[in-house]
Amino acid sequence: MEQIPVTMTVNGKKVQRFVEPRTLLIHFLREDLNLTGPHIGCETSHCGACTVDMNGMSVKSCTLFAAQANNAELTTIEGMANADGTLSALQEGFRQMHGLQCGFCTPGMITRAHTLLQENPDPTEEEIRFGIAGNLCRCTGYQNIVKAIQYAAAKLNGRDYQEAAE
Amino acid sequence: MNDMTPSREQREAALEGMGCKRKRVEDIRFTQGKGKYVDDIKMPGMLHGDFVRSPYAHAKVTKIDATEALKIPGVIAVLTAEDLKGVNLAWMPTLAGDVQMVLADGKVLYQNQEVAFVVAEDRYIADDAIQLIEVEYEELPVLVDPFKSMDPDAPVLRPDLEGKMEGAHGPRKHHNHIFNWSVGDEDATDKAFAEAEVTVKEMISYHRTHPSPLETCQCLASMDKVNGELTLYGTFQAPHVIRTVASLLSTIPEHKIHVIAPDVGGGFGNKVGAYPGYICSIVASIVTGQPVKWVEDRMENLSTTSFARDYHMTTEIAAKKDGTVTGLKVHVLGDHGGFDACADPSKWPAGFFNIVTGSYDFPVAHLSVDGVYTNKAPGGVAYRCSFRVTEAAYCIERGMDVLAQKLGMDPADLRLKNFIKPEQFPYNSALGWEYDSGDYHTAMHKAMDAIDYRGLREEQKAKQEAFKRGETREIMGIGVCFFTEIVGAGPSKNCDILGVAMFDSAEIRIHPTGSVISRMGSKSQGQGHETTWAQIIATEIGIPAADIMVEEGDTDTAPYGLGTYGSRSTPVAGAAIALAARKIRAKAQMIAAHMLEVSEFDLEWDIDGFQVKGNPEARKSMKEIAWAAYNAPPPGIEPGLEAVSYYDPPNMTYPFGAYFCVMDIDVDTGVAKTRRFYALDDCGTRINPMIIEGQVHGGLTEAFAIAMGQEISYDEMGNVMGASFMDFFLPTAVETPHWETDHTVTPSPHHPIGAKGVGESPNVGGVPAFSNAVNDAFGFLGSTHIQMPHDAWRVWQVAKNLGAHG
Repeated sequence: MEQIPVTMTVNGKKVQRFVEPRTLLIHFLREDLNLTGPHIGCETSHCGACTVDMNGMSVKSCTLFAAQANNAELTTIEGMANADGTLSALQEGFRQMHGLQCGFCTPGMITRAHTLLQENPDPTEEEIRFGIAGNLCRCTGYQNIVKAIQYAAAKLNGRDYQEAAE
Repeated sequence: MNDMTPSREQREAALEGMGCKRKRVEDIRFTQGKGKYVDDIKMPGMLHGDFVRSPYAHAKVTKIDATEALKIPGVIAVLTAEDLKGVNLAWMPTLAGDVQMVLADGKVLYQNQEVAFVVAEDRYIADDAIQLIEVEYEELPVLVDPFKSMDPDAPVLRPDLEGKMEGAHGPRKHHNHIFNWSVGDEDATDKAFAEAEVTVKEMISYHRTHPSPLETCQCLASMDKVNGELTLYGTFQAPHVIRTVASLLSTIPEHKIHVIAPDVGGGFGNKVGAYPGYICSIVASIVTGQPVKWVEDRMENLSTTSFARDYHMTTEIAAKKDGTVTGLKVHVLGDHGGFDACADPSKWPAGFFNIVTGSYDFPVAHLSVDGVYTNKAPGGVAYRCSFRVTEAAYCIERGMDVLAQKLGMDPADLRLKNFIKPEQFPYNSALGWEYDSGDYHTAMHKAMDAIDYRGLREEQKAKQEAFKRGETREIMGIGVCFFTEIVGAGPSKNCDILGVAMFDSAEIRIHPTGSVISRMGSKSQGQGHETTWAQIIATEIGIPAADIMVEEGDTDTAPYGLGTYGSRSTPVAGAAIALAARKIRAKAQMIAAHMLEVSEFDLEWDIDGFQVKGNPEARKSMKEIAWAAYNAPPPGIEPGLEAVSYYDPPNMTYPFGAYFCVMDIDVDTGVAKTRRFYALDDCGTRINPMIIEGQVHGGLTEAFAIAMGQEISYDEMGNVMGASFMDFFLPTAVETPHWETDHTVTPSPHHPIGAKGVGESPNVGGVPAFSNAVNDAFGFLGSTHIQMPHDAWRVWQVAKNLGAHG
């Protein structure tokens, strides 16, 4: 099949490849760029395991063509750590608050939470729950994911995380 | 002692042993996208396999023509049942003693059944080829309703079994009958019912649902024809068993098969069995000489890969007027789909369903189960439960509420009256199990106090009055559930899978510098084994958990084990770990005695080493002992410090719990809102409270989904109605309730560290708690039992039928 050129910046690095027009963005990331952090869980935009940040917006890379990301700025889980290689506040929050189990949804979940905190730096619990409703988790029941995001928000806002009283 | 010497507390804390909320070591890779799942693995020359699937639920396959597909550049091969017959793999044994087609052999039995396997250079080309493969079908009458399976004129689903009056589990009554299994004393139970002051009878159905882990089933098979070695990566919950079965089926020697389960993205029972995708990938790799990857998509996973439940339970309880239960009778109709591929230990055609007497002291009981074939996907996996325990717990917990309603008794009081008493343990149930330990009354009272149960009942009464006066359109339900689970399969005397006995194993190797590698027969799918297994070892041998690396899932390096499912890891592998560690400690004691020039009987264990009794200054730490074990062992003692343990448990373990759900239901919309959900679990000794709490949250969320909406349903043509996340309910963060957790600790008397296992308890106990809440809300309007799932549409209909819409 005919191939077309795509150019994009992924995790701060410019990449150029030829792809089939029908190549999905998730396959482009995983197969062509070896970025296997984003996962494929449903292929219908429901589970969010493939979530990446495209130009400051969370997108489901399983239902976008790579061609649609032409000239875009993309961030995947591989680009989430701090510049010095240490874990970001969110990554640390997920570990501290036990916000993951099998880890399959985690890259999409953290990537989505990263963008959420750009949109709303200090969200309430309800805003977090709505904010991550496009990402499914089968292991945690979300309670600790919410705490992980609250932990990161507090840290990024210069506060200590205070767990809400039950 | 100088100031730099750590205190006892500091030394103990440094271990991060049992009871500590140790942060998970797995998370370091998972939070950075560095987990390694099957689909992340690539091999040079790797091909991709994909299936042509049947659009029909029941049809003859009259022709498969792949001519056009094979013309597409990049299409390497198309396998059909005829090709598999050449290697004797057209049919495969199921875990339940049945056989199952790998690819359609003359007919299909359910929608989306595998018909042909395409092998191509990439996924897209494989998809293109699928569109061009011409399959001709001749439709056959479809059987969807299990209650019609054994009608005299029901279509013959399995011509291969027609006329066979003996099945894998005894006599068959009908051409669509699989087995009948009965246990208990039928005569004594009939007598109890004949003499009963009160009896109740209810048909309680547990609908068909699906585990749907976020990662689907997948594998990568690579046959090295030169060396005759097969390497198989896969999403396996039991990699060793897969290797043994692969060897038996393929005749490749077992030592030349390397099965590796890397990181697994959730299992929940879905990844225990063997699926056609695995077999076809292996055959395709043998045929092509290249590695072949198969990745299932979500629709395939939901519609064909092992469903769960689908049990229809006619439940009868006999009792005295004061509420004392005197007998239990249950008949189950189990819908197994086109093949009986239930994931049960070989001797238990209905799994551990005979735990159906629950937490109650039934003097007599009788249970019988009939399994039948229908035109639905096969499976019957233990979805976050050990072999039909969820169905059993649902059956008895719903049944007890039905009885309470008939007697006009409070459901919590009825339970308290009939609980097995602490002094009755070990307790022999009327259906054959020996419960190891329990203190149900303490747990129940703690839970009732925590949620102010009596206060809630008062509030409910007031609300019911207000509803009757027309002042509110909202009703309130309090779901009570007390469950006893049976986990830790199992003693090899009564548990095996395809003849492979169900023990488990651990190997611990201490290096000279005191760092440790340990390898297990279990296999984590998110349960955090790398973290918790190290905690058990740390406590047992006094080396910090941070210095212990845990590996699982590689059959080349791990000792033989039966894997992880049915909450068996802690009860079985956890015990193996403790015993292997104790073997090491025993040798360490001999070495320490030599180092300190005393008799080993003069030594005592102290957190992280041995000290001379009465002289704590004279001590050797485990790190010092490890160095000596290699470099200066006592004369006559072989160097090294390692041990292997294969643990065959004497009994299963019986965790239990008290769950309460408070729900408000709007009768006009059918929307049920969970106001509170409180879960008290007793899983014996607690290894990592943080991980236990996380597992309880997750299990409750799955229970919420199952009770309140999730269902795999079929139309009358056998079309699957819920095969994507569009119409198969998985709760998001928005609708998932807030969970309150609590615990009591009643250790298992026969487990080396007293642990019982917890991962499935919240699913087992959660479903009846939700369903009982919905049923409890409508009870005052005259309803006795409402079938699950309780989504808004169904609840609205119930309200309408009960006249609650005014």
